[in-house]
Amino acid sequence: MKKPELLVTPKSVEHIEDLISSGADAFIIGEQQFGLRLAGEFSLKQVNEATKVIHAANKKVYVAVNALFHNDRLEALDEYLMELQRIGVDSIVFGDPAVLMAVRELNITIPLHWNPETTATNWFQANYWAERGAKRAVLARELSLDEIIEIKENSQPEIEVQIHGMTCMFQSKRKLLGNYFLFRKEAMEIENRKENKNMFLHDKERKNKYPIYEDLNGTHIFSPNDMCLIDELTELFEAGIDSLKFDGILQSDDYITTVTNLYRQAIDAYFDQGEEAYEALKDDLLEKIEVIQPPLRPLDTGFIFKETVY
Amino acid sequence: MLQLIQNDKISELVNGKRVITKKPELLAPAGSLEKLKVAVHYGADAVFIGGQEFGLRSNADNFSIEEMREGVEFAKQYGAVIYVTTNIFAHNENMTGLAEYLQAIEGVGVRGIIVADPLIIETCRRVAPKLEIHLSTQQSLSNWKAVKYWKQEGLHRVVLAREVGAQEMRKMKEEVDIEIEAFVHGAMCIAYSGRCVLSNHMTARDSNRGGCCQSCRWDYDLYENVEGEEIALFEDGDAPFAMSPKDLKLIESIPHMIELGIDSLKVEGRMKSIHYIATVISVYRKVIDAYCADPENFKIKKEWLEELDRCANRATASSFFEGEPSYKQQMFGFHAPKMKWDFAGLVLDYDQDTQIVTLQQRNYFKVGDTVEFFGPNIETFTMQVEQLWDERGNEIDLANHPLQIVKFKVKQPLFKFNMMRKENK
Ligand code: SF4
Repeated sequence: MKKPELLVTPKSVEHIEDLISSGADAFIIGEQQFGLRLAGEFSLKQVNEATKVIHAANKKVYVAVNALFHNDRLEALDEYLMELQRIGVDSIVFGDPAVLMAVRELNITIPLHWNPETTATNWFQANYWAERGAKRAVLARELSLDEIIEIKENSQPEIEVQIHGMTCMFQSKRKLLGNYFLFRKEAMEIENRKENKNMFLHDKERKNKYPIYEDLNGTHIFSPNDMCLIDELTELFEAGIDSLKFDGILQSDDYITTVTNLYRQAIDAYFDQGEEAYEALKDDLLEKIEVIQPPLRPLDTGFIFKETVY
Repeated sequence: MLQLIQNDKISELVNGKRVITKKPELLAPAGSLEKLKVAVHYGADAVFIGGQEFGLRSNADNFSIEEMREGVEFAKQYGAVIYVTTNIFAHNENMTGLAEYLQAIEGVGVRGIIVADPLIIETCRRVAPKLEIHLSTQQSLSNWKAVKYWKQEGLHRVVLAREVGAQEMRKMKEEVDIEIEAFVHGAMCIAYSGRCVLSNHMTARDSNRGGCCQSCRWDYDLYENVEGEEIALFEDGDAPFAMSPKDLKLIESIPHMIELGIDSLKVEGRMKSIHYIATVISVYRKVIDAYCADPENFKIKKEWLEELDRCANRATASSFFEGEPSYKQQMFGFHAPKMKWDFAGLVLDYDQDTQIVTLQQRNYFKVGDTVEFFGPNIETFTMQVEQLWDERGNEIDLANHPLQIVKFKVKQPLFKFNMMRKENK
């Protein structure tokens, strides 16, 4: 069995070095003009630096180009893709078919990862985008374990699944925070909180807290819990999922580094020493996460064991 | 308002006068056969409906294959066509039965399907090639290059994301030769369509398979977390944080959309009443026809705007088409939905000689009430109900049973499917 890749989201170039020591195999970076909901903001110059560091360690770097593009960003998109080609990153993560079109027109040879987030829900789509050039499909986080396994069994491209961290529940083009402040005649608050990513919505009925922030792409709202599958990895390992992603958005550097290392231990235990070693270790790993888990972020298993109806 | 630019590709000079030769399609929603018929009667060129599977609405508002057949045949008599929404993002378990379903839709003469998932696009192309394929707004299509992608994939039409503005539409039309459908009226998602799973998290219902509970419209309180301390960003008595968008209404932008060459103007609301469909469709019909006949001298009539408001129970806005919406295009605080006018009755028959209308009651009314009649073939008028009889000819004071058949005298001629409404005081 092949070891799955451990994919993480660094916050800065320096952070990448720590994450390499912690055992990460691959990194997602980018900037909000082109990529959605990144843990850190990396200018092209920093992408260049990061790529050098990552490649020197024999690891992979993926750049998020998965925004929902409007006409006004298409020209900049072309230039951006050409720069990524020049830098030689290991993949371009896309959701909007405009990226696929641009990649074809510009003869970009960097592999593509298809990640439209919520709408990647079946294996047919994974194969459809693979036929059109995607090397990997990143699955929606709203799928159950059985659905994930069935997709993997029927898909041509590599399959990437999120195993830890918060997930986005909502993206609006509207500036919903800014609008709320304007409605309350508190225009100053918009300036005050521009870079503020500490806000949350309190849902009194469900007693949940949903992180919310605004950027160039609009307003983003996140899940009330952090998904954590550190003690539930066996079936994903057995299914041969190619990449396990820990999305560290809105988490601290230290948290991301520590949790990355705990997943490293889980993967290594299973693949180097066998299932029993992982079984013996997993509760301990979970406890270590619980200890550092921010109080406002309860852990759960996302939709892995939760069916949705419609 | 945006500046109107004349588009020569859609018009001709007839006796020195400019007329629009490329009239856009007026596309109406329908959640039942009755609604479909009303939509067509009131001037829709096309109607979109849901089937019992693969669509994004509850079963109550969906059509069986037999009902689709009847709808298609009815529409055909008026030169109208039917589209079926099959716009879920399928999970593995939803894949079975798809081919048979698409073949059945094709078999009854539906013109096309509205679809988001490539699984359904490709299956349709393979098994039901006569169906047109329209890309659903669930794909959040917001730039011309992506439009070009779907054109290359052989789609007939794309429905744009609701976030696309007028200038962006113009560029799409310039760059790509494909039919474009855009929303003009109705409720809207505040998220990019397809990119919201609030209901999945809050109620375990999958919004991308029709389970949305409109969780965005619930109230939330905004806080800031400062080093572990939760600080409220509102004060007691303040309106809570809200994400409720005003409903879309582009009636005044219709000339602009026509000049842009938009191919289909879509009204949203498969769950709405026949009164809503009749009112909205008839007003948009009038505006489209008037503008196309004589764009130079077109002026929107106040009566039309007033009429349109009679079926509205929420505030409206021209979000995105006329520019990025601000807080003014959202609703804050509690707003009890309130209809200004009630749908009171549907005309079943009218006797020219006796001037007696036979009407199916749809809402309480009584002798002495002022009512308004509207619909195809008549100019809207108001009158007072003087005497009222039940089906058997017994005199009554009020019509208070749902769907009760009543008769009374109306001096001006009426036609089957005309509607009666009454101000809600
Ligand atoms: S919750 Fe609101 S924004 Fe989300 S899908 Fe439903 S209507 Fe749209």
